Amino acid sequence: MELLIRNAVVYDPINGIDGERMDILVRDGKIVDSINEMQAKVIDASGMIAMPGGVDIHSHIAGPKVNKGRELRPEDHLRYAERGGRVRRSGVGYSIPTTFMTGYWYARMGYTTVMEPATAPLETRHTHEELNDTPILDKACFPLVGSNWFIMEYLRRGDLEKCATYVAWLLRAVKGYAMKLVAPGSVETWGWGRGLMGIDEVIPHFEITPRDIIRGLCRANNLLNLPSPIHIHCNALGAPGNFRVTLETMRCVEDLSRGDRPSIHIVHIQFNAYAGSDWASLSSGATRLARYVNRHSHVTADLGQVIFTDTTTMTADGPWQYRLHNLSGNKWINHDVEAETGGGIVPYHYRRRNYVNAIQWTIGLEFALQVKDPWKICLTTDHPNGGPFIEYPRVMAWLLSRRARLASMRRLNKTARRRSILESLEREYSLYELAIVTRASPARILGLREKGHLGIGADADISLYRIDPSEVDPSRDFRAVRRSLRRAAYTIKEGEIVVKEGEVVGVTEGRTFWVEAEVPEGVSKEVLSDLKERFEDYYTIRLENYPIEEGYLRRPSVRRTRPEAWVV
Amino acid sequence: MEERRYPEGQGPSQEEMRRSNLEIVTGVTCPFCGCLCDDLEVVIEGGRITNVKNGCAYSLAKYLNYQRERLLKPMVREGEELVAVSLEEAVERAAQILVDSIYPVLYGWSSTSSEAQRLGIELAEEVRGAIDNTSSVCHGPTVEALQELGHPGCTLGQVRNRADLIIYWGSNPLQSHLRHMSRYTIGAVGRWRRGREDRTLIVVDVRKTYTARVADYFIQVEPNKDFELLTALRMALMYEEIEQERVAGVPVEAIEEVAEILRGCEFGALFYGLGLTMSSGKNRNIDAAISLVRDLNRWTKFVMIPMRGHFNVAGANIVFLWQTGYPFAVDFSHGYPRYNPGVTSVIDILSRRESDASLIVASDPVANFPRRAVESLLENPLIVIDPHRTATAERADVVIPSALVGIECKGTAYRMDGVPLKMKKVVDPPPGCLSDEEILHRILEEVRRLRGE
Ligand code: SF4
Ligand SMILES: [Zn+2]
Repeated sequence: MELLIRNAVVYDPINGIDGERMDILVRDGKIVDSINEMQAKVIDASGMIAMPGGVDIHSHIAGPKVNKGRELRPEDHLRYAERGGRVRRSGVGYSIPTTFMTGYWYARMGYTTVMEPATAPLETRHTHEELNDTPILDKACFPLVGSNWFIMEYLRRGDLEKCATYVAWLLRAVKGYAMKLVAPGSVETWGWGRGLMGIDEVIPHFEITPRDIIRGLCRANNLLNLPSPIHIHCNALGAPGNFRVTLETMRCVEDLSRGDRPSIHIVHIQFNAYAGSDWASLSSGATRLARYVNRHSHVTADLGQVIFTDTTTMTADGPWQYRLHNLSGNKWINHDVEAETGGGIVPYHYRRRNYVNAIQWTIGLEFALQVKDPWKICLTTDHPNGGPFIEYPRVMAWLLSRRARLASMRRLNKTARRRSILESLEREYSLYELAIVTRASPARILGLREKGHLGIGADADISLYRIDPSEVDPSRDFRAVRRSLRRAAYTIKEGEIVVKEGEVVGVTEGRTFWVEAEVPEGVSKEVLSDLKERFEDYYTIRLENYPIEEGYLRRPSVRRTRPEAWVV
Repeated sequence: MEERRYPEGQGPSQEEMRRSNLEIVTGVTCPFCGCLCDDLEVVIEGGRITNVKNGCAYSLAKYLNYQRERLLKPMVREGEELVAVSLEEAVERAAQILVDSIYPVLYGWSSTSSEAQRLGIELAEEVRGAIDNTSSVCHGPTVEALQELGHPGCTLGQVRNRADLIIYWGSNPLQSHLRHMSRYTIGAVGRWRRGREDRTLIVVDVRKTYTARVADYFIQVEPNKDFELLTALRMALMYEEIEQERVAGVPVEAIEEVAEILRGCEFGALFYGLGLTMSSGKNRNIDAAISLVRDLNRWTKFVMIPMRGHFNVAGANIVFLWQTGYPFAVDFSHGYPRYNPGVTSVIDILSRRESDASLIVASDPVANFPRRAVESLLENPLIVIDPHRTATAERADVVIPSALVGIECKGTAYRMDGVPLKMKKVVDPPPGCLSDEEILHRILEEVRRLRGE
């Protein structure tokens, strides 16, 4: 099918296009430079802006943890329900929507690619079942590797080659895309009901430190030449004073940068940017973290912005979720996974008037406004941890408009408002910068070369919003802009119109990306023999039943990588 | 004898089976109970299963007897008789019944694959019926308590590697989940536990079960007094004074002693079964159990795991959740998922005589449901999809025989702790028998065709 989008004002940062009026041509799901205009379907996009389809680098949308959240919170589903339609399934949910709803809502906002950033390898078959049932979106999942026994044992012996080879095996086995570390080492100790705070405490029984794990996996990532850097949820998440741990984490891999590509991605940095020594003295560490990020090229981060609403927190960070359960008194699910990881879920309501929540809110924005180069950051709420993804347009408005921020600050906790520098920050993102943090930057960090831009050969994932930059000033008219961003005028996925005027009109099947990393055969054999020897001592299932066959993914899309040089 | 491992969970091809008369398929997941042991070795001779290694007695019985009492032909009712018809005809009849009905119920789902469960929900949405699985009558209270308080749990391997204290409460695995204790708990060797000698076993039950006989501590609770006992244990943990001499028939000294043991362990795991979820009090019991385990985490590591019965009942909850937001008792009559156990549960719908047709998959409600519900079920058109001849199938209007998941067709199932496993196909189904998944797919297509979509 051919498609001609006429007269759109285009924001395509990867190709340096900043608000130029132009046509976009599409054939067979790709952006092309010529089509048969007689046959093409034409969309008149005058009065609209066009951006590449949104790319979410970090959003918990599928898998055991999300699904347990659904089980825990029937009250969440009562907030929103939707009938099925000619092409749509029905669904419910706000902070933990059903899989179909997830696909539709993202598409409605003009998003077309979403990463599920934390899956216990042992249970990833489940994650893929849900991703299969998440329509429209292209997606991928990141296996949790920060407390994995094989990895910790290889690293203790200093065997980086085998560690990397094991990672390659794991990615292939569970059809994962990137490595995710959650509070490295700490989740293992949570298996005994304890946790670690910094990155230099020794992990009992394994005799290495979180620092060793972070460095080891960062080096393994470089060795394997994976498309994306390691994604890390830093230690001490949620604790006052933890910005120091985040600094240490970024510093500890400073020497491991790999040219122009980042070597470490800090996820939902807001939750790890706390200064102060307790809740009463909690303050923002955003400025110091932003300063570090401004001076270094090996690191990127996503925001984890907080939104004032009722939501569901869920992470693999078991000890943190237990602490949050005790702090909030809210109900608590825990789920530890043998030899790998853990997880917890606690509902949480962020309130404007609450000092801590208000400070959290300011931190995310302070960071976003103080990092000079938007290519280093991505917009997220760590859905649903900081707030549900369907509220992204609110975050976008705060970035685009100081007025929007001031409007929200009016009812903010007074002490928090006084202590925060947010009011003094005058920066406002341009639409071009917005396109960077919601499209181009995440696509680039993920190494998804056909995403996040509208150049020739890119996937024809396009969002059109009813915003006319010649008439609308996002800074002033932030409410109208927010409305438009909530409901795309058109969302096009691989050349198909899936959303029109905010309504889902076509449902397609998205792809699931995974990475096949090439490793030398010799070391591969050795790792396999280690697995044969020890896997069944560690796990309660057979080794042969652990890998997920590619056919299990409804629409798999493999990305092959090979090491530049196998030098350890 | 040739022993062969098949990569990534594939079974032998028909061609291979024909060539050699004898074949062993390893790493087979047992489709019987919620333990979902995945280490079976199935011996096949001339296309027939002749032996199963590693499995327990139930598993062996299932594999060796699965061909008994099979339904082999699609049938539809003509007056008093069920007469054999083609599959197409049966599918068409089934679809017609669903299309004609205003409020059908779709029930069962715990002994089939997740792939079939997915399609079942899609079908329920399409015909705007109510769909429910068997957990609604066994672990329903567990879910309701979880929605209230949460649930501190883990996978079974955590228990195997770490637990030094195991409790079975209202559960008798030596009769219900035969390999549970040897594979995952008391007898299992784990990274930090050598097996029985390193673990303490406490059993709480109303009678001295087989499991109780091998326990280090057996606590005999008076019937329907679990809540009182759990509450007393929580008080003892907090060093609160208990006034009575006995609670739930148990001397207070014993309760205090047990509380000490719980507090003092390094990693404790509570497994609870129908004895707790079905005794009077139901979700109040589970509330108290969850509170106890949650409290214990102040002192030590403590987790709990429900003993799920049917091999994929956990999967039924899981698939229902991601597709509808709710674990069972989902009503689509308004076009979107609604959940109100006690109202939207199939037993209740039947008892109120609100439904006007039913589809039963891999379950036998006629043998298990209360009388009123069964009467209502039988008053209306009834479709049954099942590998076996059941009391429900005998009374059905449409019967479609299916292949057995994990033996004759593949699929996904979820262990009691939520670990997903692949079920393999090890032999061919009887001629003409399709998987539940395929049958449901055809019914769904036919329903859409009839409705002109
Ligand atoms: S314990 Fe259950 S799953 Fe394991 S072999 Fe026996 S019946 Fe099968
Ligand atoms: Zn996250």
